Amino acid sequence: MSDPRLRTITFTLNGRPARATVASHETVVEVLQRDFGLFGARESCGQGLCGCCTVIVDGTAVSGCLYLAAFIDGTTLVTIEGLSDRGTLHPIQQAFLAKTGFQCGFCTPGFILMTKELLERHPHPTDEQIRHYLSGNLCRCAAYPDIVESVKMAAESLAKR
Amino acid sequence: MTPPTAPVAPPPETSDSPTVRALREVGRSVPRLEGTAKVDGSVEYIYNLRLPGMLHGKIHRSSIAHGRIVRIDTSAALAVEGVHAVVTAGDVATLVANPYYGPAFHDQPILAIDKVRHVGEPVAVALATDPHVAEEAANLIEVEYEPLAAVFDEVAAARPDAPVVHDVLKPAGTFTDLKYLGGRSGTNVALDARVRRGDVARGFAEADQVFEHTFRTGKVIHATFEPIVSLAEVTAPNGLTIHTASQSPSFVRTEISRLLGWPENRVRVRTAFLGGGFGAKLYIKLEALVAVCALLVRKPVRIALTMDEQFYTITKHGATVRIKTGVKNDGRIIAREVETYWNGGAYADIGPRVSQKSGFTSAGPYDIEHVALDNYAVYTNEPPAGALRGFGISQLVWAYERQMDIIAHALTIDPLELRRRNVLRAGRPHATGTIIGGMEIDAVLDSLAKRMEWHRPFDRGTGTIRRGRGLAIGLKAAISPTTSTAIVHVYGDGSCAVHCGTVDMGQASDTALAQIAAEVLGIATESVRVVHPDTDLTPYDMATLGSRSTYHMGNAIRLAADDARTQLLRIAGTAFGTEIVELDCRDGAIVSRAGARMTFREAMLARFAMQAGTVVGVGAFTPSYQKPDPQTGQSPDITPFWMIGGAGAEISVDCETGRIEVTKLVNAADVGTAINPASVERQLTGAAVMQLGFTLFEAMNFSDGQVLNASLADYKIPGLLDLPRDLTAAVVEVPHEHGPFGAKGVGETGVFSPSPAIANALYDAVGVIVTDLPLTPERVLRAIRTMENRPLGTDA
Repeated sequence: MSDPRLRTITFTLNGRPARATVASHETVVEVLQRDFGLFGARESCGQGLCGCCTVIVDGTAVSGCLYLAAFIDGTTLVTIEGLSDRGTLHPIQQAFLAKTGFQCGFCTPGFILMTKELLERHPHPTDEQIRHYLSGNLCRCAAYPDIVESVKMAAESLAKR
Repeated sequence: MTPPTAPVAPPPETSDSPTVRALREVGRSVPRLEGTAKVDGSVEYIYNLRLPGMLHGKIHRSSIAHGRIVRIDTSAALAVEGVHAVVTAGDVATLVANPYYGPAFHDQPILAIDKVRHVGEPVAVALATDPHVAEEAANLIEVEYEPLAAVFDEVAAARPDAPVVHDVLKPAGTFTDLKYLGGRSGTNVALDARVRRGDVARGFAEADQVFEHTFRTGKVIHATFEPIVSLAEVTAPNGLTIHTASQSPSFVRTEISRLLGWPENRVRVRTAFLGGGFGAKLYIKLEALVAVCALLVRKPVRIALTMDEQFYTITKHGATVRIKTGVKNDGRIIAREVETYWNGGAYADIGPRVSQKSGFTSAGPYDIEHVALDNYAVYTNEPPAGALRGFGISQLVWAYERQMDIIAHALTIDPLELRRRNVLRAGRPHATGTIIGGMEIDAVLDSLAKRMEWHRPFDRGTGTIRRGRGLAIGLKAAISPTTSTAIVHVYGDGSCAVHCGTVDMGQASDTALAQIAAEVLGIATESVRVVHPDTDLTPYDMATLGSRSTYHMGNAIRLAADDARTQLLRIAGTAFGTEIVELDCRDGAIVSRAGARMTFREAMLARFAMQAGTVVGVGAFTPSYQKPDPQTGQSPDITPFWMIGGAGAEISVDCETGRIEVTKLVNAADVGTAINPASVERQLTGAAVMQLGFTLFEAMNFSDGQVLNASLADYKIPGLLDLPRDLTAAVVEVPHEHGPFGAKGVGETGVFSPSPAIANALYDAVGVIVTDLPLTPERVLRAIRTMENRPLGTDA
């Protein structure tokens, strides 16, 4: 690259090799939207507080509105779009659908991805663990009771697999 | 007691049904039609839209609350590499002769002209392909101001000596009852609306006791997670398309057409799913600005607000409510006088309507002989206030239901019993003179009493942690007059689409409205497609606001579907050689009593001789309405339906820290018929949790008009940890005579009563009277310590 402000990064995006040319100040959300047409990670509060921008980098849920795109060089990135398998929803997505763990849907991918991290670390979460893990995701429609039910159902269905 | 859930369906207006059949689609908790797209992330929001060649706009905003603009220097901004243009009011003037907009007053400039009236007012816009470049340029715009005296408090602003925010009042003319305000000068009062019933002075003279208090609520915000976002593009040969996250696409088209001096048919406004609305995305927000920018640069323009900008764009009214109530010793309320000052901020938006249409309910859901209500919509130099879920109701319920428990305590009457002795019942006149019908306050109170186990003894605790319980009930009148129109299409293959202007912003309107069409047409809800608002395709709808869509659009769709149904019956009747009274639509087919059956596809083939054609059903719905008398506020027909929302709360309070924990919150509402019971409960609970935030911690803090906490880092909204452990909704179904299948609106009902219910529980626990929201630990602790005669000091 001739422009010193730009750098090319390579990473695994939802299981496939990906490459992007990014400026140092650009965030993961910006690059996903601009270069990959992926809009499931959304910027809302812009401060990493609401969780709408959640993506998973090397197995850890991070705030995509703060995480600089340059730092995903060499990592494995999973977004909500990578969760379903050839049109079949992931069990966590199925649970959120079955329990209607959403209203407007804007925060939903973030909740689902944080639930994924929760259930990978705590396959049988207690109520406290659910509250602790999901306290960093906000839902202005306040679908919280249904979200908690969704998480519990997802845990049950994943445990059966 | 909650009445039984399966209401009898009113027959369609062209009642052709051979038998009254049980409801199949209405009353079923149909899963959201768009659910899969919401959990896989693919759902369409305007936020996602990118147009070829598009420019991003970033707004330069006023740094002062009130002042004259002396000079705008855009040279440094224009020098930034990659900047396409910088737009100011001077550029707007080349396109729009009178660039002021607003639903009630034409007072808000597209970009500030000569003056700024609040911190954060848009002054200029920088446009660039790269949003970061636009942002850098916007920051480099220099504006020199000559500061003017500013006013922030709504009561102070209403005084004759207050600094004046607008030199002359400019009512929009769309509301004829505001015309009298035209040309008024030297005042910040944008509307004074009154209700007079009986003789309130006589009532106070006859009362055994009179109570008078002043209650206040501060400004809070919607904090929609999808930003306020609009895009505009010029379309050949002479049109303009606006893609916008709007709750009121029809209004946007009308207003943009008016500003440009174009016929409405040249302006197309479309929307998609909204990532939350709550009233923030009504009327004009960014639409006029993106339209003008796109027309100036002849390129598509997108502007999306950041969360901090939302704090400077639209808020919920702060209000000061002075309430004086005269009672007999037996608990009967005989006189009530309420004077409310609504802090409308610098631009009226829909504020005058909030002041009037909610203001006339400020005596509460009670049967009172002597009533005097005054409402003042007041301009100040704070950011504009408009509609926020409840449209002013929760500010009023906060006052009258908080006072209700003070009265109950003074008269030593149980708070529930005091309410029972006073509530409005069917056949009695509301303060406006409209005779009450289609609501059951007693049923809502009964439901609350049952869920709260009100008859049981309650442990109030000892030591530093005390417990209390409280309840409250409020009413709202649906906004009137408004209109909805809908079109139902049955296509050649028998599939069906509903074209309507209702915006699904999370409330599940797509699903509920599809259920209504499906019920009439005898098909499965899942097979109905609801076409999203696009003013080129969908007919006029007033807006998605005020819990009006289920009732108004629901009725329009019911009528449209019935129109299509009648046409299908005629086709089959001709084919069968039977009268249409012998026919019904069931399971996607027209069936006769004799057993003949024709699918919709076959009917279309019979009518058009090939798999083609469209059967078009049209329905329009405008409820009856009579304007109130301007002097007395009296009207025999003020609203199409009343909403009743009650809440019961149990709390514990730590007397050493002032921290309240809400341990139980019940929200009960009279919803008419629940079209989709699960969605109704979700709306009630969601609204109650939003109001829980406004009750316990949400407050915009200001210093000289500057918002000190304009971010989610400093302005906390409810999260999972804030939820009461016991949180339930009680759906009370009292089918409404004129609602579609008996339904009424429900989107706002859950916000009415949680605030006073929680404060009444605090009063029950420790006996303190807190008059201002939110109930922060500091405010509660100060109240406790003041009551104990050892007040806390103030900060040095």
